[in-house]
Amino acid sequence: MAAGAHIVEGGFADPVFASQSVFRAVMDAMARPGPVQAIDTDLRPPAPLNIAAAAVVLTLADADTPVWLGQDLARDDAVKGWLAFQTGAPLAGLPSEATFAIAANAAALPSLSSFALGTQEYPDRSTTLILQVETLTEGEALTLRGPGIKGSETVAPRPMPGHFDMQWRENNALYPRGIDIILAAPDAVACLPRTVRIGEGES
Amino acid sequence: MDAGMDADMDDGLATYNFAYLDEQTKRMIRRAILKGIAIPGYQVPFASREMPMPYGWGTGGVQVTASILGPDDTLKVIDQGADDTTNAVSIRAFFAKVADVATTTETAKATVIQTRHRIPEERLTEGQILVYQVPIPEPLRYLEPRETETRKMHALAEYGLMHVKLYEDIARNGHIATTYAYPVKVEGRYVMDPSPTPKFDNPKMHMSDALQLFGAGREKRIYAIPPHTDVVSLDFEDYPFEIQHFEEPCALCAAQGVYLDEVILDDRGGRMFVCSDTDYCEKRRAEGHRGHLAGDTLEAAE
Ligand SMILES: [Zn+2]
Repeated sequence: MAAGAHIVEGGFADPVFASQSVFRAVMDAMARPGPVQAIDTDLRPPAPLNIAAAAVVLTLADADTPVWLGQDLARDDAVKGWLAFQTGAPLAGLPSEATFAIAANAAALPSLSSFALGTQEYPDRSTTLILQVETLTEGEALTLRGPGIKGSETVAPRPMPGHFDMQWRENNALYPRGIDIILAAPDAVACLPRTVRIGEGES
Repeated sequence: MDAGMDADMDDGLATYNFAYLDEQTKRMIRRAILKGIAIPGYQVPFASREMPMPYGWGTGGVQVTASILGPDDTLKVIDQGADDTTNAVSIRAFFAKVADVATTTETAKATVIQTRHRIPEERLTEGQILVYQVPIPEPLRYLEPRETETRKMHALAEYGLMHVKLYEDIARNGHIATTYAYPVKVEGRYVMDPSPTPKFDNPKMHMSDALQLFGAGREKRIYAIPPHTDVVSLDFEDYPFEIQHFEEPCALCAAQGVYLDEVILDDRGGRMFVCSDTDYCEKRRAEGHRGHLAGDTLEAAE
């Protein structure tokens, strides 16, 4: 089947209310890092784009936000066509030019520092990475501390990029610059804003 | 004023979008909110839209509220602690109309509270969102008018000027005279304007269970404090930050340790101090608490 037949299908049936509810789940997840927020939607994105990642990008991306795709997504014409039709977002050639980046394969992700990190004066001009994972609860538990967290929280995503702990500490060290991550399991999200510290003991 | 605004609203709202804003604008504001949460206290620029009300009416807060509000929300709007001012009533009516949301005056029942100049006395809880209307978001603006310079100061976390200003206060008055919009430092990094709330409310921002969002419409800035976040009022070792204290309890409900407004009773100098948070005061009176003037004012009203 031609990709073209599918790009107009599988979007939000009711975009106004669906994007409001997805946004609130993402906002809660960003404001309270760790706890998993369910994404309940009727979206039917083309594989390998998962439903939660698709819901987040349809809610937040548009013609003003270049989107970078990881290689598994970038080489799939159905995914590219569907995202272009559903969001109108231009593709970013480089990770450092992306407002949003979507990656379906953690193992093939470029280093976190290759994304837009913002500037010291405009730290908001940074990439939000939407990282697809198989699970948020059955991977290796990460202990999280920082703003939005009372004491500590855990999240257990799998799979994660190589040397993630070290890469994340480097991201922390850039503060207030740095990237923020939305972890997207097929039916839920959890967030790692740049302020979150992973795996530290009591301080 | 009320009627005029209603007429304006009806004109502009013949075919309004859900929560008034178009979807592209909501996406842009939502992106700014997420960045604000990820960088607590940092002012995120956004492309503010015209709203069917003047800037002084809190268009920044209104745009933030419009971008987060959904059909399951219950909205409370307060102005100087009161639910019944023209401003609060109009904004509540606006959202009841354009977003069809439930509204309330009870702090505990609200999921979203939009506020001008106060934080409710009742402790906010996990899951609640407090949206502040902000006139001047830049805490350094009175000290340095140039945006390029204040942005540099925030970039370098160079806040000496702010301390100089507070110290001049002390030199002139013997204490820090700033009582409203008292600057805070968020998570040890950004100095932030808490909006013109009394400094009495500053401690409520610290480690709040609620998410706090700030919208400045004319100045086009959004910023945020996530729940459980460190918010410290600037001060000096020898002049520690102190909140206002009131000599007497609320004249109507006898509450102590709350923010009171002075109310003039007559032209012979009669006055009383009452809770600025009207919902809090009403709730206490409904529970049977009586201030020393509660009976008198009831009689006067009859
Ligand atoms: Zn009272």
